[in-house]
Amino acid sequence: MREEIIVSGRMNPNIDPFLHIWHWQIPLYLFLGGLAAGILFFAALFYLRGKENEYRASVKIAPMIVPILLVIGLFALFLDLKHKAYFWQLYTVIRLQSPMGWGAWTLMIITPLAFIWAALHIKEVFPKWDWKYQWLKDMEVFFQKYKKVIAWLLAIYSVILGVYTGILFSAFNARPLWNTSILGPLFLVSGLSTGAATAILFSKNHEERKTFARIDLLLIAIELFLIVHMFMGFLASTQVQIDAANLFLGGPYTAPFWMLVVAMGLILPAVLEALELIKFKIPVYIPAILVLFGGIMLRFIIAYAGQLSRWLY
Amino acid sequence: MRYAMAVDTKKCVGCSDCVVACQTENNVPIGFCRDWVVEVTDGTYPILELELRSERCNHCDNSPCVRCCPTGASHYEKGGVVIVTHNKCIGCGACIASCPYDARYAHPDGYVDKCTFCLHRLEKGLLPACVATCPTKCMYFGDLDDPKSPVSVVLKNRKHKTLIPEAGTKPQLYFLI
Repeated sequence: MREEIIVSGRMNPNIDPFLHIWHWQIPLYLFLGGLAAGILFFAALFYLRGKENEYRASVKIAPMIVPILLVIGLFALFLDLKHKAYFWQLYTVIRLQSPMGWGAWTLMIITPLAFIWAALHIKEVFPKWDWKYQWLKDMEVFFQKYKKVIAWLLAIYSVILGVYTGILFSAFNARPLWNTSILGPLFLVSGLSTGAATAILFSKNHEERKTFARIDLLLIAIELFLIVHMFMGFLASTQVQIDAANLFLGGPYTAPFWMLVVAMGLILPAVLEALELIKFKIPVYIPAILVLFGGIMLRFIIAYAGQLSRWLY
Repeated sequence: MRYAMAVDTKKCVGCSDCVVACQTENNVPIGFCRDWVVEVTDGTYPILELELRSERCNHCDNSPCVRCCPTGASHYEKGGVVIVTHNKCIGCGACIASCPYDARYAHPDGYVDKCTFCLHRLEKGLLPACVATCPTKCMYFGDLDDPKSPVSVVLKNRKHKTLIPEAGTKPQLYFLI
């Protein structure tokens, strides 16, 4: 038998008895960032394929909320900082080995692009919109000329943003649950899936909804595959990662993860979307909201469970 | 130059003087500590084995905290000492999450804080406060590149280990066993 105790009585706030340095702000931001990445990716994709009128909700309407999502997400990130007055130090260096560093720069690029994309379509979504000032009108004309470039940049940076939300966690080898490179693709696919769900929510066009239901179905299948793969990887790995997997296989996060994420957030919406595709009448917003719910739960559970997982000592 | 510390687990009595010395020397806020003493008991009565370890930041050669710091606030000082520049730190918590030893904490003033090997004392030619205070003289400190330094000598002559070497951090806090 082995017993380890800290006899000097260490009880550092947010560190002991187990790490809880990151609270709701980080998973909320990861969800909003992933969602923004998903919406922007499909907007850019369908625009570049010349389908902007068939896929109006995806290309024009859903991107209207992206600047709001990103601003809320960035504000949550700001709230998470404990030395807030120094946040600008993020933008004094480029440190590629720090995921948070290049994530901050990615946000610096994609947030203005998201604002521009929304501004370029705001007149079509809100016909009464008026820019009021001449210089704003001039800017709109200016960016209109480069719309294709912006779409390409959005397509690329949205993927980077989506992957980054997962890499942020997977770079920490101190937390075995996070320390899997599957997390990058998993969060990207989950972000794309929530983006597709948002397009479904905003769409009034039956064809568009059907396309996105198909896309979402495929993404959910990939997500389930990645989750199974993640657990296979953990269970075939070292003791610390076996322990990390056991948080979900009998440990405290078993019920929340398998019920809220896998059953309610992935399998149920997939079944509903599949039923709808084979001509059952199901209100489209039900699977879409479930997908969004699953997305937010996935981030919260991974963020909190990861801080419980640790090395052997 | 490569600063390192060795703690003799056979000599340590777990008095926690090192913890108090550090808190006093470095003005560590109440309720926090930069070093701590772990007591490991192995076996079942009456066959028991005890190990006492005074632990702190390992000043790793391959520090995950330095790698993940987005602003470069966490960095290597001369001698490989890992230091946080307070007015560069944004308090994002990435380094705290990245440390397998949980050696860091967020100071109530916002920045992240941890053991500095008492760099301010080293610059004056003094030993770290914990080493200087230890009543059993169970801690050895010095430059690994200097074969005559106390830490080099003791590591050459004694069996030793580091904590979680499998995490790949190349820790520079050694435990004599």
